[in-house]
Amino acid sequence: MDITGRKLIVKALAEEGVDTIFAYPGGMVTDILDELYKQEDKFRLVLPRHEQALIHEAEGYARQSGKVGVAIVTSGPGATNTITGIADAHYDSIPLVVITGQVAQPLIGNDAFQEVDIVGMTRSIVKYGVTVRDRNNLGRMLKMAFYIASSGKPGPVLIDIPKDIQQKSGPDEYPDHVDIRGYKPNTSVHIGQLKRAYKTLKNAKKPLILAGGGIHISGAEKLLTDFARKMNVPVVTTVMGKGAIPEDDPLYVGNSGMHGRYAANMAEMECDVLFSIGTRFNDRITGDLNEFAPKAKIVHLDIDTASISRNVVVDVPVVSDASLALTHLLEWAEPMNTKAWQKEIEAWQEEHPLQCKVSKMLNPQTIMEDISEVFGEATYVTDVGQHQMWATQFLRLKGNSNLITSGGLGTMGFGYPASLGAKEADHDRQVVCLTGDGGFQMNMQELATSICADIPVTICLFNNRYLGMVRQQQQYFYGKRYQLTYLGRRPAGVEHPDRIENADELYVPDYLKLVDSYGIKGIRVKDEEKIVPALEEAKKAQHDGKSMLIEFEIAPEDVVLPMVKGGMANSDMILK
Amino acid sequence: MKNRWIALYVENEVGVLAKVSGLFSGKSYNLQSLTVGTTEHDDVSRMTISVTADDVTFEQIKKQLNSMVEVIKVMDLTDVPIHSKEILYAKIHGIDAAGKEEAFRIAQVFKIRVIDIGEDSVLLESALTERRNNELTALLKKTFRRIEIVRGGPVAIESISTSCR
Repeated sequence: MDITGRKLIVKALAEEGVDTIFAYPGGMVTDILDELYKQEDKFRLVLPRHEQALIHEAEGYARQSGKVGVAIVTSGPGATNTITGIADAHYDSIPLVVITGQVAQPLIGNDAFQEVDIVGMTRSIVKYGVTVRDRNNLGRMLKMAFYIASSGKPGPVLIDIPKDIQQKSGPDEYPDHVDIRGYKPNTSVHIGQLKRAYKTLKNAKKPLILAGGGIHISGAEKLLTDFARKMNVPVVTTVMGKGAIPEDDPLYVGNSGMHGRYAANMAEMECDVLFSIGTRFNDRITGDLNEFAPKAKIVHLDIDTASISRNVVVDVPVVSDASLALTHLLEWAEPMNTKAWQKEIEAWQEEHPLQCKVSKMLNPQTIMEDISEVFGEATYVTDVGQHQMWATQFLRLKGNSNLITSGGLGTMGFGYPASLGAKEADHDRQVVCLTGDGGFQMNMQELATSICADIPVTICLFNNRYLGMVRQQQQYFYGKRYQLTYLGRRPAGVEHPDRIENADELYVPDYLKLVDSYGIKGIRVKDEEKIVPALEEAKKAQHDGKSMLIEFEIAPEDVVLPMVKGGMANSDMILK
Repeated sequence: MKNRWIALYVENEVGVLAKVSGLFSGKSYNLQSLTVGTTEHDDVSRMTISVTADDVTFEQIKKQLNSMVEVIKVMDLTDVPIHSKEILYAKIHGIDAAGKEEAFRIAQVFKIRVIDIGEDSVLLESALTERRNNELTALLKKTFRRIEIVRGGPVAIESISTSCR
């Protein structure tokens, strides 16, 4: 039986088990959305207030649920607004299917109203992108989109569907599976190579595991923890890998990299085998490549062949899914004696413990520690900047807590919408959005989404009136010339923002009034003893289905330390 | 740094050429030439790609190409015996009888054909290796004042029995 394209699209979504769709209307997707009308029992449709937030919401949903995030946006500006989020998903390997409407095929190429070549624009930031040009292929292409997005190393897939394809009748078949001759994701592991990797680790005197985001994508947290414990191997993580092993485990050293722990970076410098799993060796992790893990044989286990020996030359490469490899490794694992090595690491921890020292106002470290203490097992979503780094340093992820953050692209504006997406994936879970006053302002229109779609989260806003991460660079390396990083109003005649006397009065917006206009309660916290009560109130409010915003006033001078200057060796840490 | 050859089987679809060439520009790989045409299968195209790269970069290029959904197969022809030719047209303008004679002599030596002729011009057609075509171009530039050169880029295929390249 023949059905319209729009009917087939909805059928495909149903067969893929999609339950939540993030959609923004427009001329070229009205058909699809019309087809979804009155199907609340099957699909929950979330209407954001901007497509750039929509795509982060889909990312947050995908990260939390492990399922494919589905976005539907219209042609032209609807599509271009999603580009940043697509790039974000690409860097952090988040499975998305982005359905963009497109003008009818006879109009393509005419510079028609709201026509853009979105497939061309996103070519380098999608795992796969295609315009459907033949109604007969629609079913296969939709299947391809979901299969490619979710298999192998996950990523965003964009499928551009012209309006005439949506309306045209054609086969009603939606295939069970597709065979793509150019796409064969890795589903096995070379046992010989894995044995070599294991032996390399086993023969080490100072072994170290570096766990990346791949552990989370693969759901290998428990396997990794068991493996590390069984072999007594200390673990450092990347930003994306945080939480790969419970942070109260004595084997956990800390985050490594640009703002990593002193002990973690030193352990990388001194280890003789670096057993890395699911990391791309991004420059934020390695620092100066020539000085990265200089004494170590490097084992690199990753599902993506192209990630191996790309930035760092690897001694033992293994292409595999993390869970699969760790299942084998766990079978072979035998205890090693690493006592002396662990002592050495402990000495570094004591030499330069991770500490945020501040002169006045609230200490970000205290806030972070209190947040993880009060909320406990929860989902923590950050934006990008200083608060993000403090979160990676000081949040204590316990039990099945997880951290969702924009690691690769570093997208400001990610945090708040992503937290809504994460909450949408699991309404029974507490979701805490940690954000800065810069990043929050990039997508704060989503307060309306939160209210209208009934998605309550707790917003912890770290306000220092600056774009703090850049300010920090200016403070250290640019002679304290705070060019464009001060977000408040500057009275005439006052050149240096540090010399504004009534800075808090001149700051806009007043976040408490802002959220009040959405019917959300806001609390401003200036005193340390008020932190915990505020958090407890917010936790209870979220439990009762209400969002709350807590604004923490912190000092602009507070910096994220340690810090490795871009391009320098990781041993070259600025510690105070 | 070394010159290398890749043969690439890709889906014969809209946008695939842009995707492959975009990889080279986007990641600053040093692309020397890229030719593309259909194969014995209507839905498959074959590209012949020449790049200058060090070992590490070249490995990365092959992996990146392999990871594209539209790429069916990547073949490294760098150290494989291949036959490779490039089509080249050279139009020589504003020449007298002596000039024509010189053009014919060059054609004879290079074993290429003169395929068209006018009052004061000749058209040469060459299907030689890329390097021979470079030499031909250099000679024509030196010998004549006004020339027009059109080159198609090299195509290559693995040898059957010979090991010459």
